Amino acid sequence: MPDTNLLSVRDLKIEATSYPPGEQPKRITIVDGVSFDLQKGKVLGLIGESGAGKSTIGLSALAYGRGGAEITGGEVKLDGTDILKLGKGGIRKLRGARICYVAQSAAAAFNPAHRLGDQVIEATVKHGLMSKQEARRRALYLFQVLGLPSPESFGDRFPHQVSGGQLQRAMTAMALCSNPDLIVFDEPTTALDVTTQIDVLAAIKQAIEETDTAALYITHDLAVVAQISDDIMVLRHGKTVEYGPVQQIIETPTQDYTRALVNVRQTAREEAADQSNPLLKVDNVSAEYSNGFKVLHGVSLHLCKGQTLAIVGESGSGKSTLARVITGLLPPSEGKITFEGKPLTPALKNRPRDDLRRIQLIYQMADTAMNPRQTVREIIGRPLTFYYGLRGAKKTARVKELLEQIEMGNGFIDRYPAELSGGQKQRVAIARALAAKPELILCDEPTSALDPLVAEGILKLLMKLQEEQQLSYVFITHDIAIVKAIADSVAVMHRGRLVRFGPKSQTLSPPFDDYTDLLLKSVPEMELGWLEKVLATRRMESAGN
Amino acid sequence: MSNSAEAGGTPARSLRERFPLLTLIFERFLLSLLLLFAVSVLIFAGVEALPGDFASTYLGQSATPETIANIRAELGLDRPVVTRYFDWLGGVVQGDFGTSWASRNSVSEQVGKRLGNSLFLASFAAIIAVPLAIGLGMLSVHFRDRMPDKIINVISLAAISLPEFFIGYLLILYFAVNFGIATFPATVYEGMGFLERIQTIALPTATLVLVVLAHMMRMTRAAILSVMSSAYMETAELKGLSSWRAIVKHAAPNALAPIINVVALNLAYLVVGVVVVEVVFVYPGMGQYMVDAVTVRDMPVVQACGLIFAAVYILLNMVADILAIVANPRLRHPR
Repeated sequence: MPDTNLLSVRDLKIEATSYPPGEQPKRITIVDGVSFDLQKGKVLGLIGESGAGKSTIGLSALAYGRGGAEITGGEVKLDGTDILKLGKGGIRKLRGARICYVAQSAAAAFNPAHRLGDQVIEATVKHGLMSKQEARRRALYLFQVLGLPSPESFGDRFPHQVSGGQLQRAMTAMALCSNPDLIVFDEPTTALDVTTQIDVLAAIKQAIEETDTAALYITHDLAVVAQISDDIMVLRHGKTVEYGPVQQIIETPTQDYTRALVNVRQTAREEAADQSNPLLKVDNVSAEYSNGFKVLHGVSLHLCKGQTLAIVGESGSGKSTLARVITGLLPPSEGKITFEGKPLTPALKNRPRDDLRRIQLIYQMADTAMNPRQTVREIIGRPLTFYYGLRGAKKTARVKELLEQIEMGNGFIDRYPAELSGGQKQRVAIARALAAKPELILCDEPTSALDPLVAEGILKLLMKLQEEQQLSYVFITHDIAIVKAIADSVAVMHRGRLVRFGPKSQTLSPPFDDYTDLLLKSVPEMELGWLEKVLATRRMESAGN
Repeated sequence: MSNSAEAGGTPARSLRERFPLLTLIFERFLLSLLLLFAVSVLIFAGVEALPGDFASTYLGQSATPETIANIRAELGLDRPVVTRYFDWLGGVVQGDFGTSWASRNSVSEQVGKRLGNSLFLASFAAIIAVPLAIGLGMLSVHFRDRMPDKIINVISLAAISLPEFFIGYLLILYFAVNFGIATFPATVYEGMGFLERIQTIALPTATLVLVVLAHMMRMTRAAILSVMSSAYMETAELKGLSSWRAIVKHAAPNALAPIINVVALNLAYLVVGVVVVEVVFVYPGMGQYMVDAVTVRDMPVVQACGLIFAAVYILLNMVADILAIVANPRLRHPR
């Protein structure tokens, strides 16, 4: 049988040497025994949580090991030639010419010192595939296909002059410029807002179809990969869990892990019936930065005891700023905030200690919110000493009790943050907030940096704690699915203004305002053909206008 | 996502927001003037505080209280310090550095000739040293942790570890005495042809190049290495670019600011630090002029040299700051 595969990977094994502090260096296997085939013009989705080895596999198609990863076994055949045996010069001729790469963060992957247009055509020209003029014409064509604004002059801009979504499309243009056979997309939409993500997804899908390029599409979002792939490979701990056509994986998964990924949002609760007795009341609050830039415009909302208020919106909508205003980190320029009927002092430094204790914060990046040189005992113990004056054995007992509450054992008490997983770190951050025995916890995207199954665990924990301790949450997120699952009331924010606020059932049902409508429709759904459907509706609407 | 920021922008933007680059450059310029003024105070105060006194040195054995007082009155040293400072400063602003106490010549005239010689030597050394250092720095990144990198490192370290007068004497010993291919002393005079001049200053130039090379080379290497781990360097590699092109085209432009700064510091050192080299090679530049003046306590000359050296230092650093600002595309091309 003749080999019709463009890319054929067999028994791939990738290893790296890790240097744990204070121990002997050890070999770790990142990817083990992975095999797949990719035909011309097809898209294979690689999906899994972080550390599953999906990016590493994607980069192996360029014979590249990131950060000391080495391909130590198996073969990667492009049109029947094993590219692992090509040597440095041979592989350089392929990279940027026949195989291209689209990075997760285009903002970091573009060189800040050069114009976008020069970077887009650089590889194509350097590999001698086109003259400079031809490459420029091709870049212009690609900027048009990808829907970039004023495509004629787009290439003259520097990376810092365009938005994140535009950069991601420019990166796709850079990959497509040389007419490659294969493109590796490494989480190209993960860092984008949902409303931007859908445009980039559509642009990528159209560009792939138009140019008949094959692609490896790496993501942790099954709903996204379902829109764009022909086949899906589910990975975990560097091994293949399940590999098959997209329809089979989404509709009839055979493995438990895949089933868990498909059905990840099972947490759901009914909203509270009585939302009339507010604990926190934000009344016509505006805020501005010290340079006079206004970030919040007359926001009013409230939250009842023991309930959850979800604030949704894209980046730059002012949702985190609102949390900073509530904590007093950024005092409001107008309006007032009342807590249990009493007005809160606007600025943090003037607040009585007991008011500080009653409102706690959990951050998106547990990593950066903890001192890496303190153990879990010190991290959780600090508020115990600060608010309650606990020391010695009493403090240790309380830390253990808190560890129990966050479903982590005593064994973690002397660990450092670096020795914890992402989910465990977020749990410790929750315990630190709980240590103050607060009434209100502001959760600023606490799960958005986590893998879906881990995030699910954190959400369940937060809901359990709410039930046990009558906690109230302000939950900031851009993920509508989470809002649907956990909120009692919902506030939608856009460009510093409150677009919509009310009980969940009311806010998330029609009739919608334009922005909420766009936001809700942009959330990828685990349904084949969802993207086409949305795009078709959009076309009809714009034709109707 | 970018639109949200634009939407809230107020229509009346400040000058700083509209011309960030010009404002920054103007600020640096004002800062430099302020600094120069502060330095003039320091130099004057420093010279004032020096032990010893021109009159007693000048008169030597024949010094009596009366003759000393006479000379002091003649030079105006009996007036209050503040008056003398502003007198001096007023002259300096008009380009008049006063009269030398020892030779009774105009200091400005002498300085003019000497400074020209010093700048000639320094710029000749710079023309060789700067491209060489940056080139070697990039080479050593290209071959990092391999033989060429190590050789470049060892040689440049050896050169920086030896004091310049020692390097100077070594060069004289080998090239002027043993092989006889270079000239010594390196004294230039008016009416000398350009080629002859260059031949004459070959040895002091070589000494200066060896002294400043290592510093610039190592900074270039470190600055480029620190951007080598950026995501855009991975992009360059995954585009199939050669590693040399990636270094020159993609890494170096982003490492410019620290490189420009260290180059400026070394250029300033070339002008200011030539004192020792000029004395070793008997070169008629500012350095030797100053050393001669210090030995006889000829204060107007010492002050003039000090202030000019300071001005060169401040000027070069200001230029470096401005270049580093201009090298940043975010400031050059605001959104």
